[in-house]
Amino acid sequence: MSQASHIVAKSPRAFWTIKRRDQVAGTLFIAPQLIGIIVFVLIPLGLVFWYSLHEWNVLANSFKFVGSANYKMLLADPALPEVLTATGIFSAGLVIFNMSLALLIAVLLNQKLWGIVVFRTLFFSPVVVSLVAWTIVWSFLLQNNGGINAVLQTMGIEGPNWLRNPGTAMFSIIVVQVFKNVGLNMILFLAALQGVPKELYEAARVDGASAFKQFRRITLPLISPTILLTSIITIVGSLQVFAQIAVLTQGGPGMSTTVLVYYLYQQAFQFHFFGYGATLSIMLFIIVAVLTFAQWQLRKRIVFYEN
Amino acid sequence: MKNISKKLMAMGVACTMLSGGIVSSAMAEELRMTIWSANEGHLALFNGIADGFVASHPDVTVKFDSLPFSNYTTTVTTQIAGGNAPDLAWILETTAADFVNSGALYPLNDALNAAEGYELSDVSKPPLGLWSKDDAILAMPFSTSPFAMFVNNDLIKAAGAQSPAELIAAGEWNWENAIKTASAVGATGKGGLIVRDFKYQNWKNLASIWSGWDAAPWSADGKDCAFAEPEMVSAMNFIHDAIFEKNAIPGPGESVDFFAGDAALTITQISRASLLPKENGFDWDLVPLPAGPAGEYSLIGQAAIGVFAAGKNAELAAEFLAYMTNPENSAKLAQFFPSIRGSLLNAKTLGETNALLSEDQLKKVVIEGIANGSVIPGHTGFAQIEQIVRAGLDAVWVPDANVEDALANVCSRIQPLLTR
Repeated sequence: MSQASHIVAKSPRAFWTIKRRDQVAGTLFIAPQLIGIIVFVLIPLGLVFWYSLHEWNVLANSFKFVGSANYKMLLADPALPEVLTATGIFSAGLVIFNMSLALLIAVLLNQKLWGIVVFRTLFFSPVVVSLVAWTIVWSFLLQNNGGINAVLQTMGIEGPNWLRNPGTAMFSIIVVQVFKNVGLNMILFLAALQGVPKELYEAARVDGASAFKQFRRITLPLISPTILLTSIITIVGSLQVFAQIAVLTQGGPGMSTTVLVYYLYQQAFQFHFFGYGATLSIMLFIIVAVLTFAQWQLRKRIVFYEN
Repeated sequence: MKNISKKLMAMGVACTMLSGGIVSSAMAEELRMTIWSANEGHLALFNGIADGFVASHPDVTVKFDSLPFSNYTTTVTTQIAGGNAPDLAWILETTAADFVNSGALYPLNDALNAAEGYELSDVSKPPLGLWSKDDAILAMPFSTSPFAMFVNNDLIKAAGAQSPAELIAAGEWNWENAIKTASAVGATGKGGLIVRDFKYQNWKNLASIWSGWDAAPWSADGKDCAFAEPEMVSAMNFIHDAIFEKNAIPGPGESVDFFAGDAALTITQISRASLLPKENGFDWDLVPLPAGPAGEYSLIGQAAIGVFAAGKNAELAAEFLAYMTNPENSAKLAQFFPSIRGSLLNAKTLGETNALLSEDQLKKVVIEGIANGSVIPGHTGFAQIEQIVRAGLDAVWVPDANVEDALANVCSRIQPLLTR
């Protein structure tokens, strides 16, 4: 018996066990995605790190290993505090404004009223509009002699020079971005709101809970996984803002709207410091990774349940 | 079995055709030149010149790659970084120092000397200076376009102001009077003076004004910042006053188009004459820039063609460049791009190709402008300096600005870059 099983074990057919076949099949199924990630994410990431260790002069066609010199330059860069401040203001403003407005619209639109679908579509429609086209239209509206100030003038108000004033330029960019993407978060919140069981509200009403208390004690806890998801998406997205800055302010006035990605673009593609640009990319990658990790850890405190 | 052999044969034929295609495409050489114009007239002219070259080089094709002006240099350098350098490129005067000093450009002396009938001695030497290093010519300027002032006489007449022609006749064509005229039109609700393409970003175009004060952004050797010098402070105060006190120049964030008939005066290069309205136009004029406190002056912009040493066909590309800028083709190019060839710099030749401008306008603005003009400022690492100055000058473009402090701040930020 033992000899027979020994012979069976030695048979070449035994190599393709069900487990191995499943493993190969599974690998083949995910291969297209895996190859995509390797080619378009992991290899470029590795290359960016490699470039960050070099001084790459495109015009002179020189590529010189400089070790940590670019990282030392990063720490000594006098413009970096201004850039990080602008990035922080943009991200904080966008996240707070975008998420609270998205939630407000979602709550208002989470009703069974005639024609409500039209309003949902209207609020979502900017999401599918071309970003650059959207921003160019806003650039005309925000000019000193543009549409917004013309409307304000009819009400006897002299509007500020929105894009040329350090106090209003960043605010304008945040508003343009919020109105562009608020529909996406709104749809996510709307889906989450519609998943909250109606019986809970009925029970709360019977117990005499006010509308605000119902929102605070029932709605918010039950949509907390969506809040976490949208906050991660919005923060990561806010760190990648570029087109709006390039079209509306080119980083000005002064450096007030020069956020990290725009600064990175300037260093690499306008000033031809590809090595330093790569170093800034690594910093951006670390910031995004840390923020995402921190938010993920926070879920234990702010998310009340997970599917 | 029969089917399999048929398939194999088909594959064999396909492979043969493919390899044949590869061989023939390897034999045919393509020259690619990046340009920032997509103007049909320009492209027709370039393609016509390229056809003449291809006629004598049947295995060569020439392709002109139009890139948007706003990101032109960035796109070209990105192509170089991606290993896809063009063979030839237009190069802006502001980036000349970067390209010339980097070693990116292929020396042209041999190709120009070898080209039959090129007459290099006919090419003015001063404009070549920007594009040469250690006696090596690294790019050939093909367009030297003076800045001048276009005038909308209809708006000026309606505002009851003196026109530039009247001021020139009275010998009073200076910046004080030009701004008075612009201010009078500004008071009617129309735009006064537009420094075209400035838009409170592209500050180097202000050289068309501050040169009248003998001001410059940096010293002649490029090593010392001159933004805080008295001449520049005085010129910038004058400009600030014209914007915020006299309403003679539309303020930041205001969009006014001279060529749509919405402003009295605009400073731009004469090649923009093509933007004048063909129908329902206005009574326009073209005059030299007004005199400043330091006297009369003129400013020129330059564009050159260079060959990239990293390109696949640098030698052939240099041969094409020599053909493109030979006397015969320079005369053709001159209809859009004023040449630096002495033989083409006369009112008669320019008049044949610039139907919109009178002989007098050509003489005063183009010929004298090119002969006496200084080139718009540029520097090694200009893109970075340009951005830092732009950010610093934003403090000037507010009504209650302290111009002197803002300019001193600009100097403190760019000085390390000028001396590196």
